Amino acid sequence: MKAKVQRLKAKVAKSEVRNAEGEVNLSVQIGTMTLPNPVMVASGTFGYGVEYAQLLDLNQLGAVVVKGIRLHPVRGNRTPRTVEVTSGLINAIGLQGPGVDGFIKKYWPFLKTLKVPTIINIWGTTVEEYADVARRFDALGGVGALELNVSCPNIKEGGAQFGTDLRLIAQVVAACRKVTQLPLITKMSPNVVCIAPFARAAADAGSDALSIMNSYPAMAIDVETRQPKLANITGGLTGPCIKPIAIKLVWEAAQAVKIPIIGMGGIQNAADAIEFMVAGAAAVAVGTANFYEPQTPLQVIAGIREFLEEHRLRDVKEIIGSVIVKK
Amino acid sequence: MTTATVTSQKKNTARLECHYNPKLTGSALPTMLAVPMLEQTVQIVSNERDTDSYFRLVLRAPQIAPLIQPGQFAHVRVSTLKDALLRRPFSIFQVAGDAFSILYKTVGKGTDALARMGRGEKLSVIAPLGHGFTVPKRGGETPLLVAGGYGMAAMYLLAQRSPQKGIVFVGGRKRIDILCEKEFQALGWDVRVTTEDGSHGEKGLVTRPLLKELKRKGHHRKVFACGPTGMLKAVGKIAGEFDVPAELSMDEHMCCGVGVCLTCVIPVKAGDGWEYQRTCTEGPVFNSRQVEWEAAK
Repeated sequence: MKAKVQRLKAKVAKSEVRNAEGEVNLSVQIGTMTLPNPVMVASGTFGYGVEYAQLLDLNQLGAVVVKGIRLHPVRGNRTPRTVEVTSGLINAIGLQGPGVDGFIKKYWPFLKTLKVPTIINIWGTTVEEYADVARRFDALGGVGALELNVSCPNIKEGGAQFGTDLRLIAQVVAACRKVTQLPLITKMSPNVVCIAPFARAAADAGSDALSIMNSYPAMAIDVETRQPKLANITGGLTGPCIKPIAIKLVWEAAQAVKIPIIGMGGIQNAADAIEFMVAGAAAVAVGTANFYEPQTPLQVIAGIREFLEEHRLRDVKEIIGSVIVKK
Repeated sequence: MTTATVTSQKKNTARLECHYNPKLTGSALPTMLAVPMLEQTVQIVSNERDTDSYFRLVLRAPQIAPLIQPGQFAHVRVSTLKDALLRRPFSIFQVAGDAFSILYKTVGKGTDALARMGRGEKLSVIAPLGHGFTVPKRGGETPLLVAGGYGMAAMYLLAQRSPQKGIVFVGGRKRIDILCEKEFQALGWDVRVTTEDGSHGEKGLVTRPLLKELKRKGHHRKVFACGPTGMLKAVGKIAGEFDVPAELSMDEHMCCGVGVCLTCVIPVKAGDGWEYQRTCTEGPVFNSRQVEWEAAK
């Protein structure tokens, strides 16, 4: 009884502190970058930001993450490029994009006006190309961070070839680290037996954070024609169906490294995002949900705030890695 | 926590009335955002069977309706679908006051679920989307409209808003595939029907009477078409032979509808070669001379 009274008193005291200080603190730190809140958008699901600017206020996001860019323009794969599956989507776009120059000319004038950080997702077919692209964006000025895509399953050269090889992932990160002081976020492949050594390899090579995870290699076949549903035959699976896989990877990586993890994979609402944070993610990204409900990131931010208030927590950082695993 | 989440989701849905960023409309709109679009939760006015397999859905959308241009589409979230996530794109058929309508055929689980919805129920819509048809000018080229099946739906606004009347060629497999023949006649257009089985109008493909008409008079004409890809390709070829300009509304699979996912791309001439352009953004209407049919095969 006495203990219960004490707990209640503590609860009241805590809520008074909260009321005295006003709003809950949603800001999180990724490397040297401070995000106003932990909710960003996943690369490849938000174009270059401008496409969604009419539907939501981008300045309310934690950060905008653009689609993967390499040095030169990329035409992308043949069509069909995506197929809807149960609670998910398989895509094999092939990283179509305007290249560094095209991006800077067409999209940067808009992106640089945003108040929230822009994270540039970059890729290459060689270690040197990753470094070249990193150097270009370092020189541009005003970029929030670079996300190194070493995990795209849909291109023959580059992408997952780097992210599933311990030596190569370290080389890519180290090469980029050499040419820029910008925060580096390594986007991890889920297609590894154990993510811990890969997480450590990226961290040890100088990565400031990890994005977990990229899409999961997948395939769908039309049983009438007996043909694969994608022109690329295989693709990457995203959407709510991959969330439990991503949660497990975030949880494992969080135990292996100290650098912040950005959790992503099938987030549709605040509860999904909070689950990632409880598993160990310092921030989250909304991906495929942007395609069908563009308001999702803003709904997630509002929902996280409500959750913190309901649980009388003042700071979103209090839930990061708070999972209770009974031994 | 589950209950808390459910309530917060409900609250969010209630708030989800109309989404747009006011700072970005009007003159402040970056030039690359060519069309104004809104995301809105709208109410079904009616959703009735039109023919055996076609339905006519009328939605009350006061903010969206006045913005709609011929050839544009709406991206609809069928909320009753549980494990199929994506929105479904539909050509906008008619606009009347604060409402617009779409014509759809039940072809899969999305349209099946949509067909079961009724008056008063709500749908989330992003519209109007895409780059539509060029409305003909008075005294300009005579418009020749070519529609295959529900491609007819995408052409109604064009016929209605064109000061210059012309001919509508409509084709389908059977009689029931011929939609809104009377509506186009009521607008004062000459409607020429073909069916593959001959159950209505002339027997054969829709391209046959088009070819005949262009042979009769092949200049001062402009073709507008919407239908299956095979038909569009044939129409583009015929227009090319007669050196008649043609605008084709392409029908491709889509995910986002707003230009980010790059699912709906088609090969389009660019510089010395070609590039993939988005049906949802640069299209759905393309100049037939720009389409690279044989690329990317």
